[in-house]
Amino acid sequence: MINITIDGRPLTLEKPINLLEAAKLVDVKIPHLCYAECLSVFAGCRLCIVEIEGRNKIETSCSVLARDGMVVHTNTERLRALRRDLLDLLISNHPKDCLTCDKVGSCELQELCYEYGVKTPSYIGAQTHFTIDDMNPIMIRDQDKCIKCGKCVRVCNEIQVTGTYDFAGRGFESTVTTAFDQPINKDICRMCGQCISMCPTGALQNKQLVGHRPWELKKVRTTCPFCGTGCNFDLNVDVKNNKVVGVTPCEDAPINGTELCVKGRFHTDFISSEERLTTPMIRKDGELQPASWEEALSYTAKRMAEIKAEHGADSITALSSARCTNEDNYVLQKFMRAVIGTNSIDHCART
Amino acid sequence: MSNSVNEVLGSDLIFVIGSNTTEAHPIIGNKMKQAVLKGTKLIVVDPRKTELARMADLHLPLESGSDAALVNGMIHIILREGWEAKEYIAERTTGFEDIVETVARYTPDVVSEITGISEDDLYEAARLYAQTPKAGIYYTLGITEHTTGTSNVMNLANLALVTGHVGFENAGINPLRGQNNVQGACDMGALPNTYPGYQAVENEKSIKFFSDFYGVEMNPKNGLRIPEMMDAAVEGKVHAMFVMGEDPVLSDPDANHVRKAVSALDFLVVQEIFMSETAKYADVILPATCYAEKDGTFTASERRVQKVRKAVNPPGVAKLDWQIICELAQKMGAPGFDFEDAEDVFEEIRATTPSYRGMTYKRLDEENGLQWPCPTESHPGTKFLHKGVFPGGRARMIPVEFEGPAELTNEDYPILLCTGRKLGHYNVTTRYSRLLDSINPYEEAEINPEDAEKFGLGSDDLIRVTSRRGSVVTRIQITDKVKPGMMFMTFHYRETPVNELTQAAYDPITLTGEYKVSAVKIEKVEWKDEELADNVHRFERLDSLVK
Repeated sequence: MINITIDGRPLTLEKPINLLEAAKLVDVKIPHLCYAECLSVFAGCRLCIVEIEGRNKIETSCSVLARDGMVVHTNTERLRALRRDLLDLLISNHPKDCLTCDKVGSCELQELCYEYGVKTPSYIGAQTHFTIDDMNPIMIRDQDKCIKCGKCVRVCNEIQVTGTYDFAGRGFESTVTTAFDQPINKDICRMCGQCISMCPTGALQNKQLVGHRPWELKKVRTTCPFCGTGCNFDLNVDVKNNKVVGVTPCEDAPINGTELCVKGRFHTDFISSEERLTTPMIRKDGELQPASWEEALSYTAKRMAEIKAEHGADSITALSSARCTNEDNYVLQKFMRAVIGTNSIDHCART
Repeated sequence: MSNSVNEVLGSDLIFVIGSNTTEAHPIIGNKMKQAVLKGTKLIVVDPRKTELARMADLHLPLESGSDAALVNGMIHIILREGWEAKEYIAERTTGFEDIVETVARYTPDVVSEITGISEDDLYEAARLYAQTPKAGIYYTLGITEHTTGTSNVMNLANLALVTGHVGFENAGINPLRGQNNVQGACDMGALPNTYPGYQAVENEKSIKFFSDFYGVEMNPKNGLRIPEMMDAAVEGKVHAMFVMGEDPVLSDPDANHVRKAVSALDFLVVQEIFMSETAKYADVILPATCYAEKDGTFTASERRVQKVRKAVNPPGVAKLDWQIICELAQKMGAPGFDFEDAEDVFEEIRATTPSYRGMTYKRLDEENGLQWPCPTESHPGTKFLHKGVFPGGRARMIPVEFEGPAELTNEDYPILLCTGRKLGHYNVTTRYSRLLDSINPYEEAEINPEDAEKFGLGSDDLIRVTSRRGSVVTRIQITDKVKPGMMFMTFHYRETPVNELTQAAYDPITLTGEYKVSAVKIEKVEWKDEELADNVHRFERLDSLVK
């Protein structure tokens, strides 16, 4: 057993975990920008620093495992001053376009600057200027907003296991980029967009969500309609316009966690496609023509009854759908068996 | 799946056969790759050099359709070396003697000859699989979409049972289901031989139960399977068809035969969200809702029933699928179709489907879905199947002989065509997402550099691909992902409807089509007008645009 104290709150752990995770267990939130539970520890942003009694050195809580007897302080004036300085350094080399940045409302850097009262940068000097990469359909890469947390590099290497990104350059010139600095394209990237949801700033933005303020979008949790894996995610809905504008992951999805693929994350424009069928149609004089529900259903009911009377129930068949819900499939099989009187219902499980 | 998706991460060996997991099931593929990074061994059996094959400890690029021989060869080696799970076989299985007798003939030299895999690699695959307790088999349509699909599945079961791999965490036999709710559609009895919950249509007890429950006498004989429906339509025995959310003209094998079938019908109703290729033949089209416009449930591969929640209203006057059918039933004067909402339907599903009985919408919301079997409201659901005992006591092993594919290459049709999916698209719906379509706007048939040279093809060329049944035109991608003499194409594109090439040769038990093996020939073709290359309208057939 490991007994520790974090900000005066006692905690008992069965196995050693890092102090940042341990703090969560007693509702102590330690600020951070480069840490994610599912990724390896980088300890690059230094914001999760803590003081441990008996040690002179300030430690990063993401990279220190809890040891029996540790007494940890996460929010002393010394730590707050250091964090303010770190944030000051970050925004000193950051574009000041927060007023129009699409990340506003979900920008972790902005949130921390707000919390720590960092209003204007005090380290005035050169700023990096990279070319924006938006030649692909899924994201905008604005390296000027990159704070070098490396989460995109790690999620691509460790979760997506593709390795599209890595750090390049040294010091002030260092950046995160692709091999040979190519723009993002399908030959080097699987377009899963997991880097986008990891990015704490506006450096990587989901093109579908650009132009939508996060607080104006309603999130509706659902299950992906494509392959049989069963991923869960949140549909982001522009309620005013009755439109699904994009997808964001939901952490407690039992199968996929925050992982999504290109289809799961970027498919939603098909929902509001202008090619959707919007009205019943009946073939008249060889042409499909719009009809009312009353006409379409009465006509279908009449034809089904006629064909059943003339050729028997087994002359009618149905194809059900592996894309529809259980409820849809249940009702269609019940209809074929109880109303038509045949077992000739099948679906694409075999084709 | 006998086990759950996240058990992949705890496996010591992943045996992938006939599954291009990172493209067809990307998130499960990710988990496999994550496991490999942490030291899990990976064996990939696939004629193509897929992403997983490139990462594998052992890649066995077998001859297409020789899976049964390969598996028998592995069992042969396992028995010869004494690696079988003797106690497990004695306690939990029957039919072992038959297996011993059959695999005796599949000596490594014979199997190597059939499969093209070296004896050393066969031995290594057998050793790794047999000697790793936490070893899971993962397969998809590369196993089932053959004329020997059922045998292939039974044979994988034999391999897993002989080595005692079923009924344990991080092991098992795991078919990764193709569609979001193909598991659920089967569970719900959208099959001609089973009622909801796999209760047999021809079983007296289930006939009585459903006759009582639905208040009408059930038809006591099995219905027709899809290919039989199509044949019967051509023969004039089936007169009407109701199609909900499927596009058989584009996605079933031998498209020209399917077209003939739907044209021959007296009455075709298509309930759809887009004007599909099949809908073009309809007498009545009923506009339905997509998943984002409805409440309900999908059942994932790992048997997890999860909620689908309505986010937006449907376009125009489109209605919920189940609601349309209920209104039709009511028009036909039938009782029992007055459901109030999706939850009301689910309550009836629970009442008729024993494995779903313990699930309620409330529980599904609170517990993030539940895995069947879940027989009572206090049951936590089932993470992996067959722990301790099989349904019916013992698992029966049935030996399988190798039979070659129905169609072989010859002088006239020298190339073997395999079909499947690619990462950027899912069947036919994603073509309507402008964003996804812009990433992969057209078919790119994969062809080996050797063949490209033989036929004088460059990467910007167009080819006509012809089988005994049809002909399509496509762009190409020259890649060593496919072996010489082999091609790979997807079925996502109406511009290049690949199922006009595939054959209506079926597995005799399931009638699943042999999508994975067709003999074809190719020839280089030119655009009628060079400018067409950049100006093809979506869904316009390429074969009408070439000289």
